[in-house]
Amino acid sequence: MGYFLGLILVLAALWLGLSGIYTPLILTLGTISILISLVLASRLETLDREGAPYARTLNLFAYWGWLVVEIFKANWPVIKACVSANLDINPALVKVKTRCESDLAKTVFANSITLTPGTVTVEVEGDKLLVHALFEESATPESFAEMDERSWKAADGSRQVAT
Amino acid sequence: MSELIDVIMAIKPVLGAFLCLVGAGLAIIGTVGVLRFPDFYTRLHAASVTDTGAATILIVGMALLAPTWLVVFKLAAIWLFLFLTGPTGSHALANAAHTAGLQPVIGRRTSNPEEEEAG
Repeated sequence: MGYFLGLILVLAALWLGLSGIYTPLILTLGTISILISLVLASRLETLDREGAPYARTLNLFAYWGWLVVEIFKANWPVIKACVSANLDINPALVKVKTRCESDLAKTVFANSITLTPGTVTVEVEGDKLLVHALFEESATPESFAEMDERSWKAADGSRQVAT
Repeated sequence: MSELIDVIMAIKPVLGAFLCLVGAGLAIIGTVGVLRFPDFYTRLHAASVTDTGAATILIVGMALLAPTWLVVFKLAAIWLFLFLTGPTGSHALANAAHTAGLQPVIGRRTSNPEEEEAG
């Protein structure tokens, strides 16, 4: 039920933000379209922890704020590598172990690695990620530890993991 | 107080235009990287500069130039969806290349021939 409520709130906010015309007719049509989306989502059975992770919105947004700063820090060496007169890169494939257990947490972690310039997640197998890095020296296992810890906290947090 | 708001309103479009220029510059830098890097995987890294840094700065610049809050909301939604779908696409590309057996270039690469001989 909470997932339903979360989806209704998000869909309504999105519709109100995108529309900009608030006459009764348009609002009614918007309500109908939200209801249709809800029916479709429940028929597809996508309304679970992964399809509507809105209970963790605050945690995820806090994590996102930290991630954006990290992304801007990581942009700098890649920009330098792009424009420096002598090409000087040191690509490598590294294996990263993660403590994330749920699919949502793993997705958040793998997407964060890909989003950060200079590292791309190539493959996810179990709790190991294969990461391609532009600079081997900046892709040590320790450099991913903080991101791993934070994405685990944001997506899994205090939740009891059912095994 | 109203003077301060006036000053902010006067600076806002200039700052927005400046940020748009910076974002466009970053996008060009990312493109240069895509053209210069040696293999597929490293080119993906150069493209991610355009995906993240350039897109964020461009959207902030456009938000400063936006006439109404509705436009700002739409730009924020675009930013959100860009950050969710961008890495998914990059990962799909990298994973497809890896599954198909494309071997990445590993080890230090320099375009300076003297350094290459020394290393």
